[in-house]
Amino acid sequence: MTVEDEIEIMGQRMNDKIKKIFGRSLHIREVDAGSCNACEVEVNALSNPIYDIERFGLHIVASPRHADMLLVTGPVTRNMELALLKTYNATPSPKLVAAMGSCACNGGIFGDTYASCGGVDKILPVDVYIPGCPPRPQALIFGIMVAIDKLEQKIKRKEALS
Amino acid sequence: MNNEIIEKIKKDLHDNILEESRSHNEIYFTVKKGSIVKLCDHIYYHLDLPLVSIFATDERKIDGSFKIHYVFSMDRNDAFIILRIKVDSKESSYPSITPKIASANWYEREMQDMFGLVPLGHPDPRRLMNFEDWPEEIHPLRKDFDIKTKPPRVKGEYIYRHVDGEGVYEIPVGPVHAGVIEPGHFRFSVAGEPIINLEIRHFYTHKGVEKLFENISIDKAVFLAERVSGDNSVAHVVAFCQAMEKIALINVPLRAIYIRTILLELERIYNHLADIAGIATDVAFAFGAAHANKLKEEVLQLNEQITGSRMLRGMNAIGGVRRDIGDKKNMILQKLSNIQRDFRKLMEHLTSTPSLMDRIENTGRIYNDIAKGLHVVGPVGRASGLDRDTRRDHPYAAYKELNFKVPIQKAGDVLSRTIVRADEICESVALIEQALWALPEGEIRVHLDRIPDGQALGYTEAPRGETIYWIRTIGNRIERCKVRDPSFCNWLAIEYAVLDNIVPDFPIINKSLSLSYSGNDM
Ligand code: SF4
Repeated sequence: MTVEDEIEIMGQRMNDKIKKIFGRSLHIREVDAGSCNACEVEVNALSNPIYDIERFGLHIVASPRHADMLLVTGPVTRNMELALLKTYNATPSPKLVAAMGSCACNGGIFGDTYASCGGVDKILPVDVYIPGCPPRPQALIFGIMVAIDKLEQKIKRKEALS
Repeated sequence: MNNEIIEKIKKDLHDNILEESRSHNEIYFTVKKGSIVKLCDHIYYHLDLPLVSIFATDERKIDGSFKIHYVFSMDRNDAFIILRIKVDSKESSYPSITPKIASANWYEREMQDMFGLVPLGHPDPRRLMNFEDWPEEIHPLRKDFDIKTKPPRVKGEYIYRHVDGEGVYEIPVGPVHAGVIEPGHFRFSVAGEPIINLEIRHFYTHKGVEKLFENISIDKAVFLAERVSGDNSVAHVVAFCQAMEKIALINVPLRAIYIRTILLELERIYNHLADIAGIATDVAFAFGAAHANKLKEEVLQLNEQITGSRMLRGMNAIGGVRRDIGDKKNMILQKLSNIQRDFRKLMEHLTSTPSLMDRIENTGRIYNDIAKGLHVVGPVGRASGLDRDTRRDHPYAAYKELNFKVPIQKAGDVLSRTIVRADEICESVALIEQALWALPEGEIRVHLDRIPDGQALGYTEAPRGETIYWIRTIGNRIERCKVRDPSFCNWLAIEYAVLDNIVPDFPIINKSLSLSYSGNDM
């Protein structure tokens, strides 16, 4: 199976999920909290003509105020901690947080040091962890689908309670 | 190495030399602290040797002092002159060379933050890596600082340069940007549309990399080197491994050296394609951007087919490479020739599109003297007429055996930088073809159990330019690892490149400089 075929199948599945939960599209704001920049290469790859993720209803937006989900990369450096928190607070609820890459998941090779907080979940509640260094675009799409499923569960649980 | 020149330098430095030692192509002179400004000035201006790195080491355990190293590159002789001064721990200060040599600016501020060494007479002694909420008197690269320490946040303020005048206003941007790029802060002072001042503030992604090198095993350090600046992984890890191999006095098998060369050039191709795509994006030329991004993706997929990693990671090791790629020769040649054909078409298209050319010609000029004064490296320097390329001037890997040209442009604008990159892509394809045809038979790696004690420089020409590692090992671990990413040199050039340009052209200028935040902040 070629990369294009893989993306076609995964993209369609993701599109179905997005339509079901969000009606039209899912808006993602990417935040680099101290990555090595390879994770950004892969996020950017999602928009190239081969993946062209927008056709499946996934938009990478410029402001956290427009976002349903934050996609955070990097181990969260001491110097980015505050900016990340501000971005999170600027994102309207209900919001999802995805930790992308080994660094974001648990600090990765940068660990927990004077300069690195050791992972996004030390600072924010994380809904889904997308491992890889960097995760391939396919893994990223899969991770986003898992996040959408989680949101669905959250909504159901809330409805059941009320 | 040309001994005559060394003798001449020795004569010039005469009674200021306290100690001299040589290893490989590195000549170390320990000199008197008080004479450092004069000596640097002499080497830099009179001998015309570029200053490529400055770094400190904490040797208080040995002789109660810090040492500062000034590395000058003898481009024409493939050698390095390293001046070393001793800074007593009780004084912790030394004369700043920044008033004479502008490119020393950030290095001295870095050492002030990281080691607490004060550059006396520095024109801008503000904090650099340690933010204003970092307590005074705590310096992470000192040996008595434990990497796990989490110093409390204190109250402090960072003062920006301020431009006053009628109608002048400020635009602060970042650290979180609108696009998917790395974090950093830009503060523009603008009068109408033209930018009259830009101040950049970085080090948001400071991850303590140099300290980390000292605290992990050498095996792990190889992986860390790949992650200093993610899209320049190969250049970094090869520079790291070469320094280690120099220390261990091992000869890397020829086949491994050729494979490394192929990986280094593949990395250059996808990076340059990304930069060209970025410029097309920022002038809103969607077709060109899509085309360039598609080509970049094809290279990333080729990378994955060859090495299992889209960013060519996990291939290099101290002593060679981990996996052979010889059996994929025909596939690589075929794909590259397709990519090159498409790329030529793309460049024809770009350069014949007036709406693009209008935006990039004469935009973001960096004049030759500014580029030289700030020690701008890589394609950006070459687009401003600086004829330097580590691959040619300090040959490593298989570059000595292969033929390639170093493209040079003079105008120093966005267009020149784009042309230099485009020409380099074609050179890279030719280099990979040559390396594949000439790929020698044999082993791909020599294994070592231990790295002996020693110190050495390792260097490569990353897609962004000259990358330099200086490593000292003691007891099979890293005692000090200084990483000098090309962006650490090039960032300051952006403050000049944007002057008198309009704000909407900033993204294009920024893209054309292709700067890494992670590699810079470390
Ligand atoms: S997970 Fe890997 S690729 Fe992503 S930012 Fe961290 S080190 Fe870089």
